[in-house]
Amino acid sequence: MPQSMQPGDAKAAEIKAVSIGKTFGAFHALKNLSLDIGRGEFLTLLGPSGSGKTTFLMILAGFTAPTTGRLVMDGKDITDVPAEDRSYGMVFQGYALFPHLTVEQNIAFPLKVRGRSSADVKRKVGEMVERVGLIGHEKKLPAKLSGGQQQRVALARALVFEPSVLLLDEPFSALDKNLREMMQQEVKRLHQETGTTFVFVTHDQSEALALSSRVAIFNHGELLQVGKPQDVYERPSNRFVAEFLGEINLLPLDTVELNGETAAGKFEDRTIVLNKSITLAGKKAVAAVRPEHMFISASPQTSDCNAITCRVEGATYFGASTKYHLRTRSGTSLAVSMPTASTSPIAPQSDVWVSWPVHQGFLLPDGG
Amino acid sequence: MIGKTITSRKILLLAPLLLFLGLAYVVPFLGVVRWSFTMPEVGLGQYRALMTDPLVQSVFIRTLRICLIVTAAVLVTAYAIAYVWVRGSSVQRMLAEFCILVPFWISVLTRAFGWLAMLSNRGLINTWLQSAGVISEPLALARNELGVIIGMTHFLIPFAVFPIASAMRSIDERVLLAARGMGASRTRIFWTVFVPLTYGGLIGAALIVFVFALGFFVTPAILGGGRSVMVAELVYLRIFQSPDWGLGAAISVVLVLFIGALLALMRRFIKPAHLIG
Ligand SMILES: Nc1ncnc2c1ncn2[C@@H]1O[C@H](COP(=O)(O)OP(=O)(O)OP(=O)(O)O)[C@@H](O)[C@H]1O
Ligand SMILES: [Mg+2]
Repeated sequence: MPQSMQPGDAKAAEIKAVSIGKTFGAFHALKNLSLDIGRGEFLTLLGPSGSGKTTFLMILAGFTAPTTGRLVMDGKDITDVPAEDRSYGMVFQGYALFPHLTVEQNIAFPLKVRGRSSADVKRKVGEMVERVGLIGHEKKLPAKLSGGQQQRVALARALVFEPSVLLLDEPFSALDKNLREMMQQEVKRLHQETGTTFVFVTHDQSEALALSSRVAIFNHGELLQVGKPQDVYERPSNRFVAEFLGEINLLPLDTVELNGETAAGKFEDRTIVLNKSITLAGKKAVAAVRPEHMFISASPQTSDCNAITCRVEGATYFGASTKYHLRTRSGTSLAVSMPTASTSPIAPQSDVWVSWPVHQGFLLPDGG
Repeated sequence: MIGKTITSRKILLLAPLLLFLGLAYVVPFLGVVRWSFTMPEVGLGQYRALMTDPLVQSVFIRTLRICLIVTAAVLVTAYAIAYVWVRGSSVQRMLAEFCILVPFWISVLTRAFGWLAMLSNRGLINTWLQSAGVISEPLALARNELGVIIGMTHFLIPFAVFPIASAMRSIDERVLLAARGMGASRTRIFWTVFVPLTYGGLIGAALIVFVFALGFFVTPAILGGGRSVMVAELVYLRIFQSPDWGLGAAISVVLVLFIGALLALMRRFIKPAHLIG
């Protein structure tokens, strides 16, 4: 076991999870999961309920021991270091504030544990209270605070001792939409100000895309893909990731030919050219395109674009954008989202062309 | 809370209990109150005697002292048992449950005599220690205040375990995890987070035990051997042995008022439901 782990020494840590597995009885909650968390990055663990996000976070924090695999922090093996010696900041779902302590005392707790002088504690707590906007609430008990204020106390308490890693487990799931967006901005700001490594758990894909420097997508205890928000959104490596991150149109292709960076396949009677971001095992594949990357026109757009014919079945107005529901000749349904301001209304039941730039479509294995 | 939700139907359901309490306790007690003002003559004479009689005073002081010591001893022991019961392994839990429930099945009289058999001069403990050569003279464990304290503590522990365990159960596990995650040692978490979060249960337990202890009769009578008379026994002696009914009645009234005040205090600190666990 590595000695001399002084919490708060390094401002940001780098963690490598190597082949982490966790079983509960016969149930595999995490399967052979390897993930590198970079120094100072904002990594989001995203996945549906039960996919193992909390389990992984608890293993990172040291509250749960992995069944197999190792954890390495800044080059030191920390797999067997208990939570109290890792001393990461943690914001629990439901906040887990000390109900018998005031706001001030809650934030002071980790400093007192570290034996800081009372003058130091007072100064740091004061700074933190100001930073998270809780001035005037210092003497209140958590039960007297609103949800957003409790959230702020939890953040302040987790950051006040300058941990090298901050873990957050669905911190905003109990907040309403406006407050949620406000707190998201606040967390983003705190990340920039502190430079600490943040590991954030959520099952809300827009939150993940909006906040993170990288997103790790979990499903059934497996890590499916890790990458920058734009990469996982625009270049998902499999169908689950593609569909989980947002609506996507999938067009089954007949014959697929790979040539270097691109792939070409047949859909109905048209040849479609796509990005080849994945290696295909079999010949069956689908073309995947996000609704906002497609556009509708009366004639086919051909310069560096794919185009197919469709019939308009209906439209949904979303204010800034309008979503059209269409069907191809062979019966595949499509959704196309276009800015309301820049398009003239399109009549239902009219035949139109749907086009998209070659670089916006990508190939996915069929059924995978 | 209860007052607001009571309906006439509920009163009807409670009626037999209220009637029983009225006939068995309130009416006789009113009689006792009357004695305290009328025996042997009408007036406040008995209350004046109560304030000045050194014997009565010493019994009151001894009763308070014993009750305070017993309450402290019970709280410490019950806290440990409740802790094991709530947070121990499954074997430890079973053991704790056994310790809590078995005393409930054995009558107070049996238990008092059981302790006498253990603690008296020729009892088990003294015989063992003497035959092992640890002591030459028997230790004075019974027929004194120590014996009374031991017997009462043992009797009252289960009553304190329930409210304490109830408070322990309502602690959010994540709050304790959070403290650990911030680097707090187990000892620190216990004293600065766990224990403060059980204060409600501790106060409730302390009041229940103290109130119960004030009225103890059988245990002090047997284990005290007449040498450490407590208030309830004094009332008995005044009424049945020296027919001084007025003074006995006055002592009873003072005791009941004192307990009533404590119960009122208890209601402010803890909801009745918490006491059953
Ligand atoms: N202590 C445990 N014992 C048995 N099974 C567990 C335990 N903890 C978690 N699991 C199981 O492991 C799986 C992953 O749970 P986990 O809490 O990590 O999911 P999650 O991704 O955080 O989900 P959510 O978004 O709902 O919080 C679930 O199927 C859960 O039932
Ligand atoms: Mg979870």
